[in-house]
Amino acid sequence: MSTPGIGTWLKLEKPKLQQLIDALRDSGYRVVGPQVQDEAIVLSDLGSVEQLPIGMIDEQDGGYYRLRADEEAGWFDFVVGPQSLKPFVLPPRETLLSLQNTGTGWQVRTCHKTPSREQHIRASEAEGQVLLQASKTPEVDEPPVAVLGVRGCDLNALAIMDRVFLGGPYVDPRYQRRRESLFLVGVHCRRAAPTCFCHSLHSGPALPAGFDLGLSELDECFLVEVGSQAGARIAEQLDGEPPGHREIARARAATRALEQRMKARKSATRSIDQGRWLDTHNIRQRLLGNLEDPRWDEVAERCLACANCTMVCPTCFCTTVEEVADLSGENVQRQRRWESCFTWEHSYTAAGPVHPDTKSRYRQWLTHKLASWIDQFDTSGCVGCGRCITWCPVGIDLTEEAAAIGKESTHV
Amino acid sequence: MTAQRPTLAVFKLASCDGCQLTILDCERELLAIAERIEIAYFLEARTRTLEGPYDIGLVEGSITTEHDAERIRQIRSRCKTLITIGACATAGGIQSLRNWADVDEFVRQVYASPQYIQTLATSTPVSDHVPVDFELRGCPIDKKQLLMLIVDLLAGKQPRIPRYSVCIECKLRHTVCVAVARGVACLGPVTQAGCDAICPAYARECFGCHGPKESANPLSLAEHYRERHHDPRPLVHLLSNFNAAAPEFRQTAARLQSAPSGPAQGAN
Repeated sequence: MSTPGIGTWLKLEKPKLQQLIDALRDSGYRVVGPQVQDEAIVLSDLGSVEQLPIGMIDEQDGGYYRLRADEEAGWFDFVVGPQSLKPFVLPPRETLLSLQNTGTGWQVRTCHKTPSREQHIRASEAEGQVLLQASKTPEVDEPPVAVLGVRGCDLNALAIMDRVFLGGPYVDPRYQRRRESLFLVGVHCRRAAPTCFCHSLHSGPALPAGFDLGLSELDECFLVEVGSQAGARIAEQLDGEPPGHREIARARAATRALEQRMKARKSATRSIDQGRWLDTHNIRQRLLGNLEDPRWDEVAERCLACANCTMVCPTCFCTTVEEVADLSGENVQRQRRWESCFTWEHSYTAAGPVHPDTKSRYRQWLTHKLASWIDQFDTSGCVGCGRCITWCPVGIDLTEEAAAIGKESTHV
Repeated sequence: MTAQRPTLAVFKLASCDGCQLTILDCERELLAIAERIEIAYFLEARTRTLEGPYDIGLVEGSITTEHDAERIRQIRSRCKTLITIGACATAGGIQSLRNWADVDEFVRQVYASPQYIQTLATSTPVSDHVPVDFELRGCPIDKKQLLMLIVDLLAGKQPRIPRYSVCIECKLRHTVCVAVARGVACLGPVTQAGCDAICPAYARECFGCHGPKESANPLSLAEHYRERHHDPRPLVHLLSNFNAAAPEFRQTAARLQSAPSGPAQGAN
């Protein structure tokens, strides 16, 4: 069988999705995909299609997530769980650098594969120049990751993260290494949760470009669209056949119908069944022009400043870096971990925190995500995945808060 | 080097000894600690004691007697840096449940010969009595946090003990939120991290043993909980635990107990 070109389609019987998992694994990927763990659908190591949450759907609302079996549900009719792609490109914790005092200087080991600039650094200390020696072998050698079941919102979120970590003169080498080896099997959504509002940000429910393989689910089969050369190399190992035009049209129609239903929410009254919608019209000015809106005080009374929204957000990229020494002081690690603008530590300076209270932290988060992000990265920081709504312990709704700010104001 | 080792003293007030045991639980690190620090006074670990003053004093336990109220002033005067360890020393501990009950009644219920018991009507944190330089939370304290604290003290750094929520630790280890996905009352969003979110990792709720986080908002959590679950008792029980007397927890527990059990009560 010849290698299928980018943009070509393949029809695959549903159980043959196992071939995809096998082909990815045989190509050296660590395959992760959706499965039920701890009462939620999470992304975890996947060896068999039998691990997939087939026939399950997720009920989601503010501060609420429950799974249930649904007779109508196919293989991918649940939507997004608590995890996005973020941990696969920006792990929650990682060691950037290890230093060991050898008695004559500090032995440095950088913990990524990219050629290290630290090899050439001389560090000046109080006593004088101390030579930093770098070992040539990387300390971490993770296998490349293939993620099965990526949704449009998360693919768009990854494109935003790419701008943050790969755009401009300062490229993050660890992000880059993980990102370049990431294999993405996307899925076009056929169902939306009430917390989904991707349609407001043009980030779903259909997949944007950027997947290696894109799955469309029909009742009787999957259609697989080839999105990249890497995808083509995997697709040629699948025992499929070219689909007919009508099947492709049916697959596209299912997602388009969902999009139409979501767009109808705009005029509907807000209810759980109707779902969310984010009004992005003039949103930058509405938020930044109303920094003293009383709604900020009101939401701060409800907000727990627990940081769950930022942890589950697929684009919240803040990290902090700490030097961690052992008891002897001879072994030091430079560690990076996720940080959140909802913590006291995040904005701490010698003069105290810049954002001392919950009001200023919530305002910082929402105005950055939906407004100043546009100045910084030429895109909204939100993709409408709805995770911040579902996983907020008190169900604070980003779409509701954004709509309330500036409502009474003349700045609109 | 040995002559310059800072001296450490460990004191116990009203407590269960669990935090002192956590120090002894640093088995693999104890020798390294002893190399850097002179353990000068630690009755639970060794009978030999050295005279103060001490560079670092760790205090376990709360103030529940006149005798301890006087003792903590003496301890403070002999320690350059005074650090409280555990929920008792930092918030009053589980024994602070007496603060809004009848302590004489408790004594009569518990002791066969109550006439021998001399106790205060309240259990109070050390910081109510003397200035405290740093608080290490937990019931008991976390071993890794204790080691971090010692490393930072030795390096002359400000301790890197986070003040954020347990939720962050859940998310860092990919624990699915038990409150959102299971609907159980969980104090994680209002509790200070430091335990590596161990309870939710075993599918149970956080019961707040590290006490209120910075900018804790348990009132909002209680309000949400009452709207969703109708019955405030599980949350009252969680809040009235090892950190019952922490002001943020106490205020919310008291309000939940006095208020009707929620707007949706009539519906069920």
